[in-house]
Amino acid sequence: MEEILKVEGLKTSFMTSSGEVQAVRGVSFSVHKGEILGIVGESGSGKSVTSMTILRLLADTARIKEGSIQFEGRDLTKCNEKEMRAIRGQKIAMIFQDPMSSLNPLIPVGKQVEEMMKIHHPELKPEELKKRTLELFEQVRIPEPEKRLKAYPHEFSGGMRQRVMIAMALANHPDLLIADEPTTALDVTIQDQILKQLRTLQKQYETSIIFITHDLGVVAELCDRVVVMYGGLVMEEAGIDEIFENPMHPYTLGLLASIPGINKDKAERLQSIPGSPPDMTNPPKGCPFAPRCPYARNICAAECPPYVQAGGHRAMCWLLQPDAPAQGNPLYGKLAAAEKEAK
Amino acid sequence: MVKFILKRLGMMLIAMFMIILFTFVIMHAVPGGPFTNTKGVPEEVIAAMEAKFGLDQPYYVQFFSYLGGILHGDFGPSYKYTGQTVNEFIASGAPVSARLGGVTVIFVLIAAIPMGILAALKNGKWQDMLLMAVATIGVTIPSFVIASLLIYAFSYKLNWLPTYGLDSWQSYILPVIAMGGYSISYLARLMRSSLLEVMGQDYIRTARAKGLTEFAVVTRHALRNALIPVITVLGPTIAGLLTGSFVVEKIFAIPGLGYYFVNSVSQRDYTTIMGVTIFYAAFLMAMVLLVDVFYCMIDPRIKFES
Repeated sequence: MEEILKVEGLKTSFMTSSGEVQAVRGVSFSVHKGEILGIVGESGSGKSVTSMTILRLLADTARIKEGSIQFEGRDLTKCNEKEMRAIRGQKIAMIFQDPMSSLNPLIPVGKQVEEMMKIHHPELKPEELKKRTLELFEQVRIPEPEKRLKAYPHEFSGGMRQRVMIAMALANHPDLLIADEPTTALDVTIQDQILKQLRTLQKQYETSIIFITHDLGVVAELCDRVVVMYGGLVMEEAGIDEIFENPMHPYTLGLLASIPGINKDKAERLQSIPGSPPDMTNPPKGCPFAPRCPYARNICAAECPPYVQAGGHRAMCWLLQPDAPAQGNPLYGKLAAAEKEAK
Repeated sequence: MVKFILKRLGMMLIAMFMIILFTFVIMHAVPGGPFTNTKGVPEEVIAAMEAKFGLDQPYYVQFFSYLGGILHGDFGPSYKYTGQTVNEFIASGAPVSARLGGVTVIFVLIAAIPMGILAALKNGKWQDMLLMAVATIGVTIPSFVIASLLIYAFSYKLNWLPTYGLDSWQSYILPVIAMGGYSISYLARLMRSSLLEVMGQDYIRTARAKGLTEFAVVTRHALRNALIPVITVLGPTIAGLLTGSFVVEKIFAIPGLGYYFVNSVSQRDYTTIMGVTIFYAAFLMAMVLLVDVFYCMIDPRIKFES
């Protein structure tokens, strides 16, 4: 499959008064045409910063220290502001987490969607803009779209606003859509509707999606492939079936154990991973997950493990190394299974 | 909208009655009166004067007869300047104050809003530091100090500008700066912090993600939102400037409303105090109403009905 975006060795830092916050510390992944890639991780794992780096929407204090972002034969890290503007909204669009605050409260929603098309297609006439906006509203299932064009964001519910955001993001038929936790702020039934719609529209528009979330349940429903991030690094990357059937990282195991489920025994408490993410002003020398990892050994804190790869499945953990002990090793034999799967 | 304005006018009438009542009570609670004996005038003369203006009547009779006068648009005679009425004071003082105030308002708006915008967009850079240093000085130094310094520098030392009156355009410069200094500084700071806050909002990120230029992001998406808190304080600020500044009018010997007001208080000229206070209050309330109407037009989240 054709790669439309290739992120390689990306390092992004924030220069703050208390020092350099190394939010992203060498991330690589690629997005293929027409696929939905999930980026999973908890708050502070660097997943949002990664996505904001792609569109170069970070605050002035942010610096891209190293790495490249290849998109349509160009390196986005080297593009100037004018070139980036031509890409934003036209080639790569974005949907944000909080639909309540992501729309301008003083401008009717219809106008905000029209503006998206007007920027990149100034030749469009007002009637044409209105017609297209109306079509988009119908596609994202906003009831009474004609009437809703003139409404203001405060007259919409959270779910409806996120539909407006999706309509806006798809207005110019972008090649890539970055959705940064688009359903996190919504209740579960609305979340489900929005996800189904994203899937339908993604097929219709043949758009690739980077779907950022902390919810592996959502990933299972939507994504084709997953990148698991922690402490500014990719811990594991695999196809959707592989990650659930044959996880190769203790952090992924922890995330899987903390998915709430109806089938779980009522007496059984929801699992959580004890501890909190590392301080990125002074990131750990070894594996960032080591302090919270139930299987950590001495070497884990001392040195970062190399990636092991089997087909499209890769992970970084000392437990996957050939010299790792077999006893008490939850990942024992996983690599062999992945290799078998890859064949 | 008409219903909203009528409702507000009704509330203003109640507020106005309370203002009149409180001013009346406080004024009479202060020791001394307009005819307090200081120069050995015979007691009978004082009594005759008080009888002439009805000051020998019980307070409630005085209050209601005064209220009756106001309803006919009559603020009564001055107790200090024989033959002159408070209506005449207001008619002669208000236009002078309004003229000086109008020029000051325009100056304040032209200076403060761009200053605030520039400071916010250059947040943390030298332009921001410089503007905010000036604005901090402007907020902290009282207008009479600024006025004195300006007179010393531009009139006394350089001899460029006149020190009193409002006869030529040059004579406006010093009082306008002295009077507008505080408002410019205050509004510039407010504009800066408001714009900075708006620039950090999610919808600004959305606007950038659309591919808008930074100029379009600021002008189309940020400014209108950032102006809302500024407009809120603009009403009282404009009312304050148009009705004149006691201190600045006194220093530059400008025969505005403030000038009459200061004199009337020290002389216990009851009717003048009342008249000018009521005029101020009415003007202020009208400006606040105007701001609220404007507010509803700029912000769709605010409805007239509420």
